[in-house]
Amino acid sequence: MHHPRPIDRPFWSPGVLVMLAVMIAGGAALAVRFVYGLGYATNLSNTNPWGIWIGMDVASGVALAAGGFTTAALAHVFGRHAYEAVTRPALLTAALGYTFVAIAVFVDIGRSWAIWKPIFFHNYNSALFEVAMCVMIYLSVLWIEMIPILAERWGAKIPLLGRLDRGLSGFMWIFIILGVVLSCMHQSSLGTLMVIAPTKVHPLWYTPFLPLLFLLSAFAVGYPMVIVETNLATTSLGLHDEMEVLAPLSRFTIVTLGLYMGLKIWDLLRRGALPLAFDGSLAANSFLVEVGLGVILPWTLLLFPSVRRSRRGLFFAALFVVGGVLLNRVNVFLVSYRPQTQTIPYFPSIGEILVTAGAVATIMFLYRVLTTHAPVLSAPKQEDMAR
Amino acid sequence: MSIPRRQFLKTAGFGIAAMAAGPAHAWESKAPDDPLGCLVDVTRCIGCRKCELACNQVNKLPEPETPFEDMRVLDAKRRPTAGAYTVVNRYYPGALDERGQLSPTFVKIQCMHCQDPACVSACVTGALSKKENGTVHYDASRCIGCRYCMVACPFEIPAYDFHDPLTPQVRKCTFCLERLEDGKMPGCASICPTEAITFGRRSVLMRLARERIEGDPARYENHVYGEHEAGGTSWLYIAGQPLAKLGFPAVPDEPLPRRSETIQHALFSYLWSPAALFATLALTMKTLSGSKKDKE
Ligand code: SF4
Ligand code: SF4
Ligand code: SF4
Repeated sequence: MHHPRPIDRPFWSPGVLVMLAVMIAGGAALAVRFVYGLGYATNLSNTNPWGIWIGMDVASGVALAAGGFTTAALAHVFGRHAYEAVTRPALLTAALGYTFVAIAVFVDIGRSWAIWKPIFFHNYNSALFEVAMCVMIYLSVLWIEMIPILAERWGAKIPLLGRLDRGLSGFMWIFIILGVVLSCMHQSSLGTLMVIAPTKVHPLWYTPFLPLLFLLSAFAVGYPMVIVETNLATTSLGLHDEMEVLAPLSRFTIVTLGLYMGLKIWDLLRRGALPLAFDGSLAANSFLVEVGLGVILPWTLLLFPSVRRSRRGLFFAALFVVGGVLLNRVNVFLVSYRPQTQTIPYFPSIGEILVTAGAVATIMFLYRVLTTHAPVLSAPKQEDMAR
Repeated sequence: MSIPRRQFLKTAGFGIAAMAAGPAHAWESKAPDDPLGCLVDVTRCIGCRKCELACNQVNKLPEPETPFEDMRVLDAKRRPTAGAYTVVNRYYPGALDERGQLSPTFVKIQCMHCQDPACVSACVTGALSKKENGTVHYDASRCIGCRYCMVACPFEIPAYDFHDPLTPQVRKCTFCLERLEDGKMPGCASICPTEAITFGRRSVLMRLARERIEGDPARYENHVYGEHEAGGTSWLYIAGQPLAKLGFPAVPDEPLPRRSETIQHALFSYLWSPAALFATLALTMKTLSGSKKDKE
């Protein structure tokens, strides 16, 4: 196995410039939110108090960062060291992802400056309280887990970093396990959030099993997310494709995605809600896309060894899983959310979209910065392979 | 990755102890015994909007765009907003007057001050709380503005200062808490010219509601709205038509916090499941990573 190392590729590429432009646009929209208020920058209303900043940035962001804890569990806890090559990039994505989840929360809550209050004022009945605490702690855990990587590169230059690294190395196992535990807690509690609103959530999605469904789908999306981002990174940076790690990784997804699919379909049948999926409404169609293209199709594809072994096949199967889970979160928090007094359905404003796009661009930008300068990726360069 | 043995055993021990301590008793209502409340008799309401005016004054809300005397606002259906904690709406549910015209029914809406309020259960920081006297109280100094309370409320009541960039508040009927504490009636109840709003203990109001329904069964629908809705509310309604025809959302009888709180407590009381999971994973890590070659 190759040891992770900084990728010394020229940093400024056309892609990076595009990212920068999107980031600036997002920043401008952000300024509008803080100067004129949520009402001006967003399409939120008394009937739809949550929009894409919660449904996408927070809920989907948390789900798609699941690669971090699922790979850590596999490689470090279950001792499958062959997969260590993907733990570092997955950890980096998770650390960046959660940083932006925290920022999205900061932007979305009306009293951003009061964001620390849940630390002192607790409501143990509230699923959101638990999510808030877990995300806060997990974010710190993720950056603690990042310390060895950063120290490897900058430890000599920044003495504090080096000292932290040495001091923590004996305890790192605690943080790794803690990361997995915290993830299981808040991934499921994100699903609990909507359990309190049975009169507003469409019956295709409303079920007391929401927390378990959220947890299982987080398990399921972890490796596909790693596959997608590794593919994007190795392609854009001209690295070897790492298929010898990714192909076996996808076999776990057959199990996890299968469990999720099984529970989801069983629950729909149990509640007799399945016929609603075919009534032609927007919600019903969104549901069909979510489950058909996002769950059943990729699960079936992954059953074929030929798909798992082909780089393109694996990439698209994984992409469908990722898209399916993303759509699931958007469906649960936005599409399915139909208060009875609602008069105008919610659709995100330009400002909301720009901020979200800006956040995604910033994550990709920072991923690029850190993989360029810190030892994150292990894949050898294509030209070195040829030699 | 190697785990110092002593440390490991200690951690695992904690986990197992927590598992044994175990979780979960059945969900219990935290509703106050006999709270204060109001009975709204919809059949008495003449749609004068005096309650809106009183509410505006006692809560020092901003002056409305159209004055309270202007009855044209009744042409559109309104919801409570950040600037108006109660609004009156006009409906034509089908009853005819003596001249064969559709006769209007007026309904005032505001926070129901639920007995087991979803908003209180949802609130991250406990900024919302159910007081012993029945009021559901909002404490802005604790609020972070996450708006989960608005997501949770089955009556779709709380409104938000969306145009305040830094210090927005959740806004809803306060039940005039300060006036109640001074021994006064809520603003809306004290001004109502037809006594459509009766203030008092919930048990007394329930009895009054039953008496009125039994005394004139032709006038009333045989249902006290709020007796069981959402597990019971401090504000109660009686009307000549089902409230569903008067713009009230369908709400289950089960207290809304029951399911989510049951899940939360079953999983997390004493943090037993995280502790158990931690212990299991630590054991797994020790066995699986320890047996194989073990570096990094
Ligand atoms: S009506 Fe809504 S806001 Fe009022 S107490 Fe009940 S849940 Fe809370
Ligand atoms: S917006 Fe404020 S009152 Fe409402 S749930 Fe959040 S913290 Fe509580
Ligand atoms: S009780 Fe007070 S706050 Fe509530 S509607 Fe009446 S006047 Fe307004």
